[in-house]
Amino acid sequence: MKRLTTLMLAGSTALFAGAAYAQHTHVNVAMQLEPPNLDPTTGAAQAIDSVVYSNIYEGLTRFMSDGSVVPGLAESWDISEDGLTYTFHLRDGVTFHDGTTMDAEDVKFTLDRARAEDSTNAQKALFANIAEVTVIDPLTVQITLSAPTGALLFNLAWGDAVIVAPESIGDAATHPIGTGAFMFEDWVQGDHINIARNPNYWGTPAVLDSATFRFISDPTAAFAALMAEDVDVFVGYPAPENIPQFEADPRFQVLVGNTEGETILAMNNAREPFDNPLVRQAVAHAIDRQAVIDGAMYGLGTPIGTHFAPHNPDYVDLTGLSNYDPERSRALLAEAGLPDGFTTTLNLPPPSYARRGGEIIAAQLRAVGIQTEINNQEWAQWLETTFRGRDFGLTIVSHTEPMDINIYANPEYYFQYNNPDFQALMTTLNETTDPARRTELLQQAQTIIAEDYVNAYLFELAVPTIARAGIEGLWLNQPTAAIDLTAVSWP
Amino acid sequence: MIRYTVGRLVSLCLSLIVASMVIFTVVEVVPGDPAAYMLGVNARPDTVAALRAELGLDVPKIERYLDWTAGMLQGDFGRSYTYRTPVSQMILDRMVVSLPLALLALALTVIIAFPAGIYAASRRGKLGDAGVMGATQLGVAVPNFWFAMILVLVFAVHLRWVSAGGFPGWGNGIWPGIKALILPAVALALPQAAILARVMRSSLLDMLGEDFIRTARAKGLSRRQALWRHAVRNALIPVLTIIGLQFSFLLAGGIVIEQIFYLPGLGRLIFQAISARDLIVVESVVMLLVGLVIIVNFAVDLAYALVDPRLRIRA
Repeated sequence: MKRLTTLMLAGSTALFAGAAYAQHTHVNVAMQLEPPNLDPTTGAAQAIDSVVYSNIYEGLTRFMSDGSVVPGLAESWDISEDGLTYTFHLRDGVTFHDGTTMDAEDVKFTLDRARAEDSTNAQKALFANIAEVTVIDPLTVQITLSAPTGALLFNLAWGDAVIVAPESIGDAATHPIGTGAFMFEDWVQGDHINIARNPNYWGTPAVLDSATFRFISDPTAAFAALMAEDVDVFVGYPAPENIPQFEADPRFQVLVGNTEGETILAMNNAREPFDNPLVRQAVAHAIDRQAVIDGAMYGLGTPIGTHFAPHNPDYVDLTGLSNYDPERSRALLAEAGLPDGFTTTLNLPPPSYARRGGEIIAAQLRAVGIQTEINNQEWAQWLETTFRGRDFGLTIVSHTEPMDINIYANPEYYFQYNNPDFQALMTTLNETTDPARRTELLQQAQTIIAEDYVNAYLFELAVPTIARAGIEGLWLNQPTAAIDLTAVSWP
Repeated sequence: MIRYTVGRLVSLCLSLIVASMVIFTVVEVVPGDPAAYMLGVNARPDTVAALRAELGLDVPKIERYLDWTAGMLQGDFGRSYTYRTPVSQMILDRMVVSLPLALLALALTVIIAFPAGIYAASRRGKLGDAGVMGATQLGVAVPNFWFAMILVLVFAVHLRWVSAGGFPGWGNGIWPGIKALILPAVALALPQAAILARVMRSSLLDMLGEDFIRTARAKGLSRRQALWRHAVRNALIPVLTIIGLQFSFLLAGGIVIEQIFYLPGLGRLIFQAISARDLIVVESVVMLLVGLVIIVNFAVDLAYALVDPRLRIRA
């Protein structure tokens, strides 16, 4: 009898598992913002890359979840001695979703289009050093540079550098056609995007048959959608306060990963009193990073002491240079001739790290005598007045582009840091391809901007992903905005 | 009547022109360049300029205003900056969600409010009246977004009768579509039903004090018969006016509810377009809603004149 029960149990388990497996070839993925269009080579919206990167479009190289850069549509490459010529060997037998072949002509078309005079590529600077793209044969393409560019392979992995075809680029905004493991199916604007497995994929095919992306911006709605099991995965879950509830629920798993988002309290280095390094240092010491992380982000986020991602192997921990020390801060203000503090503006864009964090930071600054006038701004307004107009004293923003320490070499950039030594260092870095030497230079760069207290460096933005228990293959970190579903599977 | 109609028509056209000017100015005057927003913080100035040219943002504002209004007269609302699709198509796509939602909510409003209002009026001063009035007081006071969240928690998260949100489209049949709209419609309808029930009750009570009701009672009708045959019909006029206003509100006012249920309706479109500085979409959708309200008012004016000869003569 006992054996019979065991058999029946085993049988029913097998049946159940079989049924579950048969059903589970689809995944419902939710994210907060809907992409405005689906062409990653024009818009800057991260939501575009979240949907299409690696799923629909691929570049010559690509990012992995840990941030490393690996071969993509280029199988291998040779770099000339002087570092000025890169010869890429493309994979054979790659086709776009419309059946046309992906070859060297498409690569040339893509790169020439991105760097053209009238290009609308949001990251045109990535291609600035490319002097010429030459087709050698259908599977070989040569890129000639005007100056050595140590970061070329990294630059080509961005979503803005994915390979597109001249035949289909016209409709890419609404009907993207790439080479990826998933094909675009349909988009009901405002509601969802469907993608389906590409049966003719050149590499390891996707495990899932299909996937749906949904867009839920309201935090309460996000909670309800997960709890009702309407969505299986929520990337960038907007209500960190109820993460403990998901952790306690056996139906779910919670993944907290890193992004490339250095969240900083930016200071207008060209405006009084922030043109005085002592004042900037005073601001930095006035801030209790952990209190901001706990209060604004419910504990999610890693403190940083410079403008660099802490999960990068080249990161140097410099948080000690700007430890929380209000006494020191007041002393520095007195030394700068401002014993009674001063009043400035604090412009806050919409994300909660800025709005919630801003309130806490304003209170911390008040404690050392710095009064702030808070202005809440919409993104478009922030871009125009704070970022382009540089009309601000302080602002909080997360710089989400990977490896963007070079923004400190541009004296025109909104925080207006002008240090010729740093600019020279970045030029050297650009020309250096030796990995050990690059590490050394990057660490020097981090130290310079930390010691100059250009901005108050707060924390590295974390990205919480909530998924149904058992789903595997999701990215933990977000080295670039991407919800790569190519390896995702149900148990 | 013809003079009256022409007069109303002229005022309709003037309202539309003024509305289009106000909308265009208000939307354009707020800082924020759509091209710069789309390209983000790393974009180079020449890239932004190239995109502005591609989107047609480099032409003077006056010219863009004239293009926009001329296009609208021909039913062409232009092209969305961010979605790069025709705005009229986007509006149609969203209307198939927002219009049924508004109609469903309106039907629920009427179904709840009429019996409640009539019952309260007929039981004036008694326990039933106090009960209905208390309930409507609560209905007016409860914010609809909060009520929506409670509905989701109860019916989607705990009971699992419906999804927490989203819209499957009408392609899969009528029922899945209706099912997705039930909770949002209830959330929208309840506060409106509370308002309408109160209007219904007070309007009925006014009627019950009129001479013609006393006449009806005098000729032998019971209280109930007088109420149903004479008072209700006359009380409907102010109630219908309120219903007209509520319909415009339900159509345009779903913004918050559409966010909570992540429905692809007009409200969500406006919300997304405002944050993305998709100026032409904001302008066109707002213009459409304003136009609808103005046209509904025009129709109501005409209907009044048909019912009430005094208006015709005065005009």
